[in-house]
Amino acid sequence: MASSPGYRRPYPGTQPNHLHPIYRSSIKRAPAHPLILLPHTLTEITGPVFGPESIDVKACDLTKQGHGDPLGERIIVSGRVLDENGRPVPRTLVEIWQANSAGRYLHRNDQHNAPLDPNFTGAGHTLTDDEGRYRFVTIRPGEYPWGNHYNAWRPAHIHFSLFGPAFATRLVTQMYFPGDPLLPYDPIFNCTADEKARNRLISLFDWETTMPVHALGYKFDIILSGRDATPMEL
Amino acid sequence: MSLQATTSHTVGPFFSIGLTRLKQDEIAGPGVAGERVVISGRILDGDGNPVPDALVELWQANSHGKYAHPDDKQQKPVEPGFTGYGRMPTTDDGRFRFTTIKPGPVPGPDGKPQAPHIAVSVFSRGLQRRLVTRIYFPDEPANAADYALVRVPAERRSTLIAKKTAPGQLEWNVILQGAGETVFFDIGL
Repeated sequence: MASSPGYRRPYPGTQPNHLHPIYRSSIKRAPAHPLILLPHTLTEITGPVFGPESIDVKACDLTKQGHGDPLGERIIVSGRVLDENGRPVPRTLVEIWQANSAGRYLHRNDQHNAPLDPNFTGAGHTLTDDEGRYRFVTIRPGEYPWGNHYNAWRPAHIHFSLFGPAFATRLVTQMYFPGDPLLPYDPIFNCTADEKARNRLISLFDWETTMPVHALGYKFDIILSGRDATPMEL
Repeated sequence: MSLQATTSHTVGPFFSIGLTRLKQDEIAGPGVAGERVVISGRILDGDGNPVPDALVELWQANSHGKYAHPDDKQQKPVEPGFTGYGRMPTTDDGRFRFTTIKPGPVPGPDGKPQAPHIAVSVFSRGLQRRLVTRIYFPDEPANAADYALVRVPAERRSTLIAKKTAPGQLEWNVILQGAGETVFFDIGL
């Protein structure tokens, strides 16, 4: 049977390991045994498909989910989803979630003493277009304290979740903002060995998508695993 | 043109805000063909404590061994309304539960059928990358020669095989670390 090629493996150093003692929650959750290498089979090169029927087209604007405007600085976050071969990933699901402008999540376990915003859920989703583009309108999330170590604060970030074309291309990550003074101190941001790979998680301020008298634009491109040039092991 | 895949980060403790809209614990509704199974289990950490803030995602073929995906070119029937996708956050005591059907065998890269299995991703606070594993089925002769299982040391294979607790009821737990640690696969990201 002719096999389609599998997906490429990450470039060394560009992905975090499971165990990072500086990130305390990893200590009891990272596997102790080495992972077992599994070349891709039909199971890994296929994956869930989400079409327009599973999308609410209004969910890409997080500033229009309540009866009024959410508090904070309105921003536009946009970019392209590409694969490692530089090809756009069209019509793929992008899910995001984030804290509000005060640094508080709409979640029962978030005990941070900062106000909730009745007009902001912090959740959004969209499908990329035919050229792999996505665009969200949201509020710049606030920084917030967490319990990892004394006086620990997370830099402002937005969580991103993508499926891409296959089980093998699934990606969850976080987008940061340029010039955030907390980045050098954040264990989560700094878990990745390769400095360039880390810095690619920082969005770029973007004049092109900035809307006059309305909102600043930030650009964040996301790269998913690309097809291997060579066919899967036979 | 060669780019590098974006760095993975943890889902953190508050992912349910963004990821529960597409939760799905009934992978196969009543009209879908196949042997019906309920798969339930717990996720435990290295101290044996339940993990209450994990997300489990499942991906499986239908009972004919066909994936609902354009890259599955097999001449096999598709099941209307069956996507093969499941997603559930764990409960406060670390539990998850899915209703589905046992998938049929899908071919391996060597052309031989793989044993029936469900692909699993586990995300949680503390895990900067998802953990990838598989659920296999008990009393399944094909397990002995399965493409993925044969790569696993014999003494650890049982961590991937669900246990039958009652007719149509399977138990499969995820032990993240330590004694009885579940086998996790490296599939890249």
